[in-house]
Amino acid sequence: MRARALALRIIRQFARDRRTLALLFLAPLLVLTLMYFVFNGQEVKPDIGTVNYPEAWQEKLDQAGAHVHSYSSSAEAEVALRDGKLDALLTTEGNQPSLRLEGSDPSKSKAALLLIQQALQQEIRIDQTSSAFSAKLLVSYEHGEGKLTSFDSFGPVLVGFFSFFFVFLLAGVAFLREKTTGTMERLMATPIRRYEIVSGYLIGFGVFTILQATLIALYSIHVLGLYMDGSIWLVLLTNFLLSLVALTLGTLLSSFAGTEFQIIQFIPIVIVPQVFFSGLFNLDAMNPWLQKLSYVMPLYYGADAMRGIMLRGERFADIQLNIYVLLAFSIAFILLNIASLKKQRAF
Amino acid sequence: MADKLPALSDQTDQSNQSDERKRSGNPPAIELRKLTRTYGSRTVLSEISLEIRRGELFGLLGPSGSGKTTLVKQIMGLDAPSGGTVTLLGERMPVRSALQRVGYMAQSDALYNELTGRENLEFFASLYGLSGARRKERIGSVMKLVDLTEHLNKPTAAYSGGMKRRLSLAVSLLHEPELLLLDEPTVGIDPVLRRSIWEELLALRARGITIVLTTHVMDEADRCDRIGLIRDGKLTAVDTPEGLKQTSGKATIEEAFIALGGGTAT
Repeated sequence: MRARALALRIIRQFARDRRTLALLFLAPLLVLTLMYFVFNGQEVKPDIGTVNYPEAWQEKLDQAGAHVHSYSSSAEAEVALRDGKLDALLTTEGNQPSLRLEGSDPSKSKAALLLIQQALQQEIRIDQTSSAFSAKLLVSYEHGEGKLTSFDSFGPVLVGFFSFFFVFLLAGVAFLREKTTGTMERLMATPIRRYEIVSGYLIGFGVFTILQATLIALYSIHVLGLYMDGSIWLVLLTNFLLSLVALTLGTLLSSFAGTEFQIIQFIPIVIVPQVFFSGLFNLDAMNPWLQKLSYVMPLYYGADAMRGIMLRGERFADIQLNIYVLLAFSIAFILLNIASLKKQRAF
Repeated sequence: MADKLPALSDQTDQSNQSDERKRSGNPPAIELRKLTRTYGSRTVLSEISLEIRRGELFGLLGPSGSGKTTLVKQIMGLDAPSGGTVTLLGERMPVRSALQRVGYMAQSDALYNELTGRENLEFFASLYGLSGARRKERIGSVMKLVDLTEHLNKPTAAYSGGMKRRLSLAVSLLHEPELLLLDEPTVGIDPVLRRSIWEELLALRARGITIVLTTHVMDEADRCDRIGLIRDGKLTAVDTPEGLKQTSGKATIEEAFIALGGGTAT
């Protein structure tokens, strides 16, 4: 009853606050769309320079997807490479092909290297047509049919992250404002129970959280065309649980903040490290001991489940551990939250 | 203070009589026994013992920083005592059920500015367990009392400071409390509004509601049935305004406060 009144009040307050509504619902869509255009654009063609290269080979490079620039002197080509007009320079030293990479952008260097290796491999195969053994490698994909772009690969993580981030911020600030305006004290002077306050916040924010999680998921799948191999319901469930963790964590941490600005100060401490461990970046190169840090980060579990569902079509049985851990995080934060309200009232 | 408040002797006598009737068989409204609150090595309240009777209009008078707000929070159970006990309407604090019978108004207005006056009242009424027709009736009644009926559907953000103060008072009256606990109800309020709030308080007392308020305004203290003087966390004197003046041999509460409290008043 009291929790319902609190939830109703939160919903009414939100409905009046257009700007906050826009932040909750439109900001994630805007950022996701920008991400889409940055990472899902045309395939980049590396610029490869050649000096005195056979015409046939140049054609192969061109077929493999490179912009081939032919130079007559190596000095001229070297200048182009130095000026950044070329990503790679292919020459021949004696019989040996030699490759020089521009090197300032690792991703471009890798793309050029990969393309040239593929082109040269075809070369070898053609030379060995007489052999009984074919060097051709048969390539097939377990997931994604080889059509996944980088946006498809980290999109699921982003969908989870935006639910998490914006709900964390709003819940933290809303709960804190209750303290700074004195309404928390006023609430505590009524016969409301501490758990009723926390559950009121859960219900009130929960409504917006479900709407936001659904909107973000549907928008990225149906409008941005994010690769989606699994069940939409599992995506919504995971997204909702992530928002729930964000909501409970945000309200919990707000009891350790005195001002709105101090809530913002939690972002580099609580949110940013989670992004690094969420799977946006490959952690295999990291010290194994440090990798274990991801186990205490809610976003890691959410992101892992989202990727599993959307990219690998995983079912509930495959992601249930993630779901349980997220639930456990929420429950722990809720209990801590109820306990921390003791600071506001002696009982 | 520029505005002189009218004398109230008749009303005081009247309500004292009704007090007598109400008091019989009823535990005191507030009973403090050696209430102490320390923060680390700092003592904010020191062994305060005090009994406030039913139907009384009791003023806690003291300079800012003397511990008035801490004392109010102790009475409400918002803050745990370091020592001693608080008994509120016969219930040993802290206990949740006593809060249902107390109306509380803090120094800040504690309203939700995005909501209208009505929505604020609806919210707080629901917390006190009021619903349906009863809630509607109570909202109408308290808004009439504080003269805000025509502003019910305006967002609170558009209210003036005085209107917010009155709405805040209306919130504390919603559940028909037996005891009103008001922390500086007239601070930062213009003389006209101050007078109207006092008229409301006196009307409430006439209905038999116990009122405890804190103030640092001397002429407000003069209108209380009894006053407790607080200085540096100690209750230095408790008596009627007349009694205090006689004990100290001074003509005004202000002088009496200085004489009994030992120091300068703010």
